[in-house]
This record gives sequence, structure tokens and C-alpha cells, in this order.
Amino acid sequence: MTDKPDGEVDHALQENDAVTHGGQESFLYNRDVQAWVRKAANRGIYDIRGMGAKRKVPHFDDLVFLTASASRYPLEGYRERCETRTVLGSRNAKRPLELDTPITIAGMSFGSLSANVKEALGRGASAVGTSTTTGDGGMTDEERRSSKMLVYQCLPSRYGFNPDDLRRADAVEVVIGQGAKPGGGGMLLGQKISERVASMRTLPAGIDQRSASRHPDWTGPDDLTIKIEELREITDWEIPIYVKIGATRVENDVKLAVKAGADVVVVDGMQGGTAATQDVYIEHAGIPTLAAVVQANAALEELDVKGEVQLVVSGGIRTGADVAKAIALGADAVSIGQAVLLALGCNDHVWYKDGKTPVSAAEDYEKLGTRPGLCHHMQTGRCPVGITTQDPELEKRVDPEWGAKRLRNYLQVLNMEVATLARACGKSDVHHLEREDLVALTIESAAMAKVPLAGTDWIPGVTGF
Amino acid sequence: MEQEVRSRKALEWDLSKSPVRELNNYLHHGLAQDGVEEVRVLNPDGAHHIAVGLDTPVKVEVMGNAGYYVGGMNKQAEITVHGSAGWSVAENIMSGVVRIEGYVSECAGASGHGGLLVIEKDASSRCGISMKGNDIVVGGDVGHFSAFMAQKGYLVVCGDAGDGLGDSLYEAVIYVRGEIKSLGADAQEEPMTDEDYVVLAGLLECAGFDDYRPEEFKRVASARKLYHWNSEHDQEY
Repeated sequence: MTDKPDGEVDHALQENDAVTHGGQESFLYNRDVQAWVRKAANRGIYDIRGMGAKRKVPHFDDLVFLTASASRYPLEGYRERCETRTVLGSRNAKRPLELDTPITIAGMSFGSLSANVKEALGRGASAVGTSTTTGDGGMTDEERRSSKMLVYQCLPSRYGFNPDDLRRADAVEVVIGQGAKPGGGGMLLGQKISERVASMRTLPAGIDQRSASRHPDWTGPDDLTIKIEELREITDWEIPIYVKIGATRVENDVKLAVKAGADVVVVDGMQGGTAATQDVYIEHAGIPTLAAVVQANAALEELDVKGEVQLVVSGGIRTGADVAKAIALGADAVSIGQAVLLALGCNDHVWYKDGKTPVSAAEDYEKLGTRPGLCHHMQTGRCPVGITTQDPELEKRVDPEWGAKRLRNYLQVLNMEVATLARACGKSDVHHLEREDLVALTIESAAMAKVPLAGTDWIPGVTGF
Repeated sequence: MEQEVRSRKALEWDLSKSPVRELNNYLHHGLAQDGVEEVRVLNPDGAHHIAVGLDTPVKVEVMGNAGYYVGGMNKQAEITVHGSAGWSVAENIMSGVVRIEGYVSECAGASGHGGLLVIEKDASSRCGISMKGNDIVVGGDVGHFSAFMAQKGYLVVCGDAGDGLGDSLYEAVIYVRGEIKSLGADAQEEPMTDEDYVVLAGLLECAGFDDYRPEEFKRVASARKLYHWNSEHDQEY
């Protein structure tokens, strides 16, 4: 086995090396680790990349549903209605969001994404009756026009944050953290700071834009209470206020968000994505989404605000099964980022000219030193399929109408899958899914999800050791 | 509305009778139909969120101390607090003028995009944090980490500045008349230019601080060494 120049390990030569060449490979200092150490020594700087945690952690795949049988009565899978309507923000707002699905689009910035992609997200989400979310960098006219329901993020950087956009938002989300880098700020490298992005963020074009990790006008939870009140005063108590946290000390953070007056709490697990942050941060901070949703739900139950304060969960939600399991564990809705980008062609080997003709992107992946399916180079602005870019030519690779249709299809499939599983569990409303409908396939996931290990009545830490 | 319209143009709003929520709602929606151009807010007693989110050229006089966020996200309005104010006065101000006759707590003028904030006495820490085009003139001292990550606009300090002034500055400029305890990362003292004198004289005049001359001030701006990420700056990032 050899190391490539960028430190990537060539696994093609790995088979039976120990047998052929003698010696035993160290678990602690295996060849991946050795390559990483050499790369660090070569470069003198850590890796910044996009996407979320790549390591394997307990996830929704480790759970299965106990669908109906003799002891439960199912609904007809292809005929009987299963409600997916979801209301977010009913606690204090005069105008809560009424969605046709429990699946929403997570906050992703104009700057990290192109204007075409933001427009596609708005149109696709609106087509299935759900909301999309701005991101660091403010609200663009394209996404406001194309989004029937738009959640406006209030981030520590406050780039582009202004009262006019606040008043034309359908909800505001105070972002304390995100799952990929809980407690961390952001970094949009200079190559993505076009004139338009720079102007929205009040910065010179081409310089690296750092996003703060702390809000500029409040610090602790008591201040957050006052901040939320201010936002309500400015918006005349019309729109819901979400608080988004990166999943670390979830129970405490959810309680504090509720106490501070949040209508909706968004919890983003460690598999949640980012456009750019340090690899070490993505892989080594935060807890898995599976554990986070359970802790968040426990906090809401302890405060007796279930049904009053809604829980939105994000971080690695890919399929209708993931959505259904998150809801069964206590979420009212989910939000999706990375999988939405995949639906628009992220990591695909081709892009579609004018939304029709496939064109190979192989050469552009090669220039980035990667391949389709492995790319996480959002930070470069050289997205081979035109999604995470501000380059005028690359941006054309996503046609907004084509993208909207792809997103609509994807969200529709997820919604159908959730309803399928809910009906099979005998539920006429997807929100009736419950923890009792689930069992776990591994001890770790049983302990985190607090559901029995399949075939047993054992919940580690709850029913014995 | 229970409050009394004193004349066609002026109104007294007593917060001991009608709460802040009603005041703000009136300032957002009721002024135009009543033709009111001036509002005197009585008995503020440190209430939070007084006159936030205004978008009209009304004159608001707060007759006492205000709490957090007074004048938050202001557009067009001219707001004067005849007392001191709490955290984050005039945060995210877009235009107009907010004047505090007394002292203010932390994060004054945070993330403002335009307009002018005048603080006649001292401001606590992080004054002008994350400024994005607003101007702030402080008659007294400012606390530590003032103008942290400030992107655009001018912070004028007629007294002394605390530790870490201008840490991680972008394009905002700071003028300090007194002592600077320490500069933050990437902030540096620079010679005053002719343009600085003109800008500063204008700001002092707008603030009504006639006792100070621009020649008495130092200029602090970004050294621009952190504009591009590299391995030499491991702790600054």
C-alpha cells in the first residue's frame, strides 16, 4: 500500500499485506492514521471540508418498526388516508407555520449555495407545502419569491440580517449552533465571496469571511429570553421563533431554549452538514442525532410542553424511514440539508445541461482531487455539478426548474414512505408514531434510543444493565 | 388606545399604564393614522425593548432609564433616552439616530448597518461589536473587546478604550482620544489622514461633542493580516 501525494491511502494494495510482507498492522497507528500524520507534517495546516461526520455512529438504520400484526390493526397501505400535516410554532405566534409534511429544508446560506440552488429549494419545497430556510448571509429575493414559507435565520454573524427581511419572513430561527460544529463559527473562504455575496455580508469581495461563534448582542440563556422578546416585539408577535442548537448537552439546552420562550426547538445532530469547517470538528464534536432526539424529547416531556413546543430534528435524515423513526422518538418534524443537495445532483457523476442533457463532471471532480460519491469540497467554490458555488458558469449547471422538480420528487417520496410506515403501524397520522413502535438492532442504539433490543425486553440503562 | 394625544403631533405614552408591547405596536402601526410625530415615553423604569423595530421618522423621547435593546433595529426614527440603557442599545440599527444621555451596558450598537448611535457617557464591553456600517460616538470610555469583528462604519471613543480593542477588525475604523489599554488581533494604530479628520469632525459635530478636536484622536484600523486563512495564524482563527 502506498500513500498518494494528498495523503489518501490506496486501499487496492491493502489485501493480505500482513501475510505477504510479514508483521501485523497497528490498530492505533494503522496506515490511514500514518497517512494522516504525514499529510499534517507536509502541510502544516488542518483540513477544512464540507458535509457532515463520516464516521459510523449509531443511527436510525439501527432501529426497525414493529408494524401491525395480531395485536395491532394496520391501515390499508394504498387507500386509507394518513395525515402528514404538521404545525410548527403554535406556542406564541399568531401565524404558526402549517406544513403539508413533517419534512422541512434546513438552513443553507446563499454564498455556500448558488442563487439558482436557493431558488430551486424554495420552489421544490413550496410544491410539497413545506418551508425552506435561509442561512448565514441573509435572505435573497430569489428565495423569498420562490418560497411559500421561509424561515429566516438569526445567526451570530448577522450577515445580511435586517428588519425588512425579518418582517417578510414566515418564522425566525435563532441559531445557537449546528451539529457539524456545535459551538463553532463558520468560514466562507474568499473564493466564494463574489461581489454579490460580499455586498450582502458587508465585506470586501474575495477575502475569507469568518462567522462568529457567539451572538453579538446576548450571551447566556437569560439574555436569550430577552432577545427572543425583542424579535417578537419587532414582528408584532406574528411569526414563530425557533431556536436551533447543535447536539451536545441536549437536555439542558432544550430546556433553556424552552424557558427562553422558543416556539420550536431545532436539534441538529453530529451528522448534520456544513459548507466548510475543520474536519477534526466535524468528526469529534457533538452527539449522534439518534441520541439527540431522545434527549430533546425527554426535556420537553419533563417540562410538560409536548404539543406546545415543537421539536424539529436534523442531522443525517435521508429517507422516509429516518423521518418516521425520528417522529416515533419524539420529533414533530425533521429538516434536511445534505440529502437535499444530493437530490439536486451533489456528488453525481453528471450534471444536466438546461435540466435535460447529461454532461460528465468527471474532469472537474479530478481537478478537485476527488471522485463522484466522495466529494466534500464545498469550501472550494468549484462544485463540479454547480451547487456549492458562486462561479457564474458553474452555477448554470443547476437549472432552477429542473432542481425544483427533483426536490419535489424527493420530498414526495419521503412523505410517502413515512405514511407507509405509519399506516403499517396502524396510525392515521404520522405524528401518532411512538417509541413503542420501535426496537433496536444493536445494544448501543437500544441504549441511545431507549427502546428494547429486538427480540428482548431489555433497554440498556432502563430495564436493568 | 388609552394614551393621550397631547396635540395633533405629540403623544405622551405612560408605560405604567400601557406596556411596551402596546407601545411598540402603536409605533409600528398607529402613528400614521394619528399623525403623531413625537412620542414621549414616561415611566420607562428600565423596561426592555422600548421603541424597537421602528421604520418611520418619528421622534421618541424616553424619559428615564431603559433596559435591553432600546432602539433595536431602528430605521429612520430619532430616539433619545434621558437616562442610561442596558445591553445592546440600538442593535442592528439601520438608519436614524439613537442617543443615550447616560451610560450603556454591553454590546452597544452591535451589528448595526447604518445610522448613528451617540452615548454621552461610558459604554461597557463589546461596544460596536460586529458593526456593519453604523457609526457610534461615545463621550466617555469603552470596555474590552469593543469593535470586535467590526466590518464597516466608525467607532469614536472620546475617553479611553479597554483591552482587545478592534480584535479581528475588517473595514471599520476606530478613533480614540484617550488611552488604549491594548489592541486586539490584527488591529493596528495608523496615522490620521486628511479624510479621517473630515470624517471625525463630522461625527463629533453630529454627536454634539464640541469640546473635542479631531487632532486629539488616534486612528485604529485592520492590519488585514487575517483576511486570508493560512497556517501562520493558527490561534487567530
